[in-house]
Amino acid sequence: MSEFAKTEKSAQARGRILKIFTYSFLGIWAIAVLFPFYWMILTSLKSYSSYNSEYIPKLFTLSPTLQNYFDAFTAAPLAKYFLNTAIFTVVTTAIMLAVTVLAAFAFARLDFKGKNVAFTILLSLMMIPSELVVITNFVTITELDLRNTFTGLILPSVVSVFYIYLLKENFSQIPDQLYYAAKVDGTSDMKYLFKVMVPICKPTIITITILKVIECWNSYVWPRLITDDQNFFLVSNGIQEIRENGFGRENIPAMMAAVVAICVPLIILFLIFRKKIMAGVARGGVKG
Amino acid sequence: MDKKNLKGWLYLLPAIIFLGAFMVYPLIDVFIYSLEEGFNSASQTSFGVGTYNFSYVLHDPYFLQALKNTFILVMITVPVSTCLALLISVGLSSIKPLRNLFQTVYFLPYVTNTLAVGLVFMILFQKTPYTDGLANMVLGWFGAAPVDFIDGPYWAKMFVLCLYTVWVVMPFKVLVLTSALASVDQTYYNASKIDATSKWRTFTRITIPLVSPTLFYLIITGFIGAFKAYNDAVALFGTNLNASEMNTIVGYVYDMLYGDSGGYPSYASAAAVILFAIVLTITCINLIISKKHVHYS
Amino acid sequence: MKVVLQNLTKRFPNVNKRIREDVIAVNDFCFEIPDGKLVGLLGPSGCGKSTALNLLCGLLKPTSGKIFFGDEDVTDIPAERRGVGMVFQNYALYPHLTVRQNILFPLQNLKGAAKLTKAQMEEKALEAARLVQIDELMERKPKELSGGQQQRVAIARALVKLPRILLLDEPLSNLDARLRLQTREEIQRIQRKTGITTVFVTHDQEEAMSISDLIVVMNSGIIQQVGKPQEVYDDPVNLFVAKFLGAPPINVFSGKSEGGKLYIGDDAVLDIGNVPDQELDIGIRPEGFVLDQNGSFNCNLRNIEVMGRDITVVCSHACAPDFAIRAIISSENSIDLAAAKVRFSLKANKTFIFNKKTGERIRFDAE
Repeated sequence: MSEFAKTEKSAQARGRILKIFTYSFLGIWAIAVLFPFYWMILTSLKSYSSYNSEYIPKLFTLSPTLQNYFDAFTAAPLAKYFLNTAIFTVVTTAIMLAVTVLAAFAFARLDFKGKNVAFTILLSLMMIPSELVVITNFVTITELDLRNTFTGLILPSVVSVFYIYLLKENFSQIPDQLYYAAKVDGTSDMKYLFKVMVPICKPTIITITILKVIECWNSYVWPRLITDDQNFFLVSNGIQEIRENGFGRENIPAMMAAVVAICVPLIILFLIFRKKIMAGVARGGVKG
Repeated sequence: MDKKNLKGWLYLLPAIIFLGAFMVYPLIDVFIYSLEEGFNSASQTSFGVGTYNFSYVLHDPYFLQALKNTFILVMITVPVSTCLALLISVGLSSIKPLRNLFQTVYFLPYVTNTLAVGLVFMILFQKTPYTDGLANMVLGWFGAAPVDFIDGPYWAKMFVLCLYTVWVVMPFKVLVLTSALASVDQTYYNASKIDATSKWRTFTRITIPLVSPTLFYLIITGFIGAFKAYNDAVALFGTNLNASEMNTIVGYVYDMLYGDSGGYPSYASAAAVILFAIVLTITCINLIISKKHVHYS
Repeated sequence: MKVVLQNLTKRFPNVNKRIREDVIAVNDFCFEIPDGKLVGLLGPSGCGKSTALNLLCGLLKPTSGKIFFGDEDVTDIPAERRGVGMVFQNYALYPHLTVRQNILFPLQNLKGAAKLTKAQMEEKALEAARLVQIDELMERKPKELSGGQQQRVAIARALVKLPRILLLDEPLSNLDARLRLQTREEIQRIQRKTGITTVFVTHDQEEAMSISDLIVVMNSGIIQQVGKPQEVYDDPVNLFVAKFLGAPPINVFSGKSEGGKLYIGDDAVLDIGNVPDQELDIGIRPEGFVLDQNGSFNCNLRNIEVMGRDITVVCSHACAPDFAIRAIISSENSIDLAAAKVRFSLKANKTFIFNKKTGERIRFDAE
């Protein structure tokens, strides 16, 4: 009895050490993740003079100031960047949703000649990296004289093959009987789609909406190629402009204030829809 | 019957227009561009068809630099981030209290703007006349001389680039792996426990094989993602990546297309096609290797 | 190896957090499994039988009470050092390993003095595979096997390390009806051959009755009755056990005892001697009915089902309102389907009476 108790105890001790080790490891990574966020908030609250006087950076500040936020929004058209990004995000996401829902419905519910071929082509398009097509798109948009317009920004950003696939898979799970029942009741296809399928698949639709919003809010490459007029900059391009040609070159705290402002909307969105976003990404979301 | 067909295509029409105009057409076009020699975008003319664009790109020192940078980045960040993500996910799965909190925190970088947060990494690692930066302060504790990680030696810049890339790609990997681990049937662990299997052996002989499809998926997407790295580098080193020797293949494509060094869609296309070929090759190699080692249920 | 359970109790916090009271999954178990027997743990789902099994193998720790393997107290010994073999309900075969690797797996975990050479391991694995007759399938993966074959692999894996006791969790529930019959005999054969004390859990009374040396009937965490299958069937201690065993199930009527006679409705069906007057639940096994022109028990004839060897007479009765009474009689009898009524006399040894409130059996002296 005592021998077993002893071995049991040593096993427990080993378990406890492992637990402590696990928690410290996870804790260290959590700090590694959070530290840049802390640092940007901290720096954005330090005054310009105190930041520049710290040869050895201080890990906290005793005299926080919001002056940097004021500076950031006045020295550069930051509000304009936000507005542009918001317009770009909302319009792109809305068109994407409409196109995706219709296409997913056709693939999942309707029968027509050439459907399988079309779907195979769609699947193979999923493997095409955007870098390959961006060159021609750039030329196309330039030739159509759509540079520095929202149309030029939005049109090529709408397509999302993966989301069509994701929603189609979800639509396909709805039992056929529901469709036939609705048909018997004289429901039109369009009405069935919006009154039955869309509500049933709401979680997936919310997921792809959120993923698209994140993608749009953070998009950088395409807007950079297609805009050189500040009036059409998105936040990513805006912050890059501030850093290279604007106040960011010397006023680091103000630049950090701009960075915080850019990060906040998505973080709030994330904290509200935490479970949905994480479940959506886990189901096979891909970044960018 | 005809009406039925028409209706189906009608629903698909918007998607076909968008995909056709901005994916299928450009896809064909990029290969044509890459083979047209001496293309002039103003006059829309070219000298002929051939492989000159490829040979130009492959002899361009900027491209070779970009190729080297990209390969180093891939070879370091993919193994490091995958292993680290595996460790973290296993740790996460083994605890109960605080698990949700950790998971939420780990996911944060996914929803933040890569360009914006890159600037934070820049100021953490940059050495300026006013400050050595936080990274150098920490290095100082260990008695090391300060290094400028942003405008300094090549290895230091590469280090920051790798570090930031890992930081950016971790949330996705941790999340996907954690949910893969959670979906392993608990009875396998019960069975192995009853058979007195050690923790390590359970991990290597049961856990790893059972999540191997997910691991493999992460490795493939990791390779693809890392080969297409660009935003991270811009965030840290600015848009003029050639000057800072930190350009990537994708960066080279965009530089050829647009900006101070731009205006050469043919070269850009050739570089993009080369990138695509590399990614395709690596993916195929991965697939062949995985046939042997990955267990698909 | 003899297994003894002493006052074994397991409580779980309620899943619904607002209810403070714990759920008692296993309540004060006391019984002894003799060495080398095949024991069936039987009860409806949620009765705590799986919890009891997990306590035996050590995956769960009891809240109180003790478990002995032989004379050794194993209560505090974790699963990995208890030396039990277990076959899980879904078999838990490692999908990425071949049959051979699956069976070798427990052997490769042995350490110290027990450690085997490669050749010894292979030999033992083959031996175990032969025992369950799967030695032809050694290089297959689990998904290439049928359900019955997977089951055998799982048994081989559990047996290969010569466990002190063997535990099986619902071993037949994932098999189709034909395989079930075959496999349960197979389990009995293997158990006889190895002589390892074996406990299995099931909700199917037929399964338990057919192969067990001993059955333990459980309900809501409490042992109802322990005994040889036939004894428990013939002599249930309460209404629950009587209802749970037997197919078709026992027919239950409400009735009463009055002046030494047992009444169902107005019919005095049996003399029960000394039982004081009271309301009763009366259980009559289907084989307890005898077709008798002068019988005292009157039922409304509904239907008959001819089964070949015997006939099932389906009746209804006002004292068993929600229940189709099934009486099984020899097929030599003939019944006039047009008749509205059918008369039976009852066999006293197939008729049980139970306290209306507690469900406890009340024994009576038949004349």
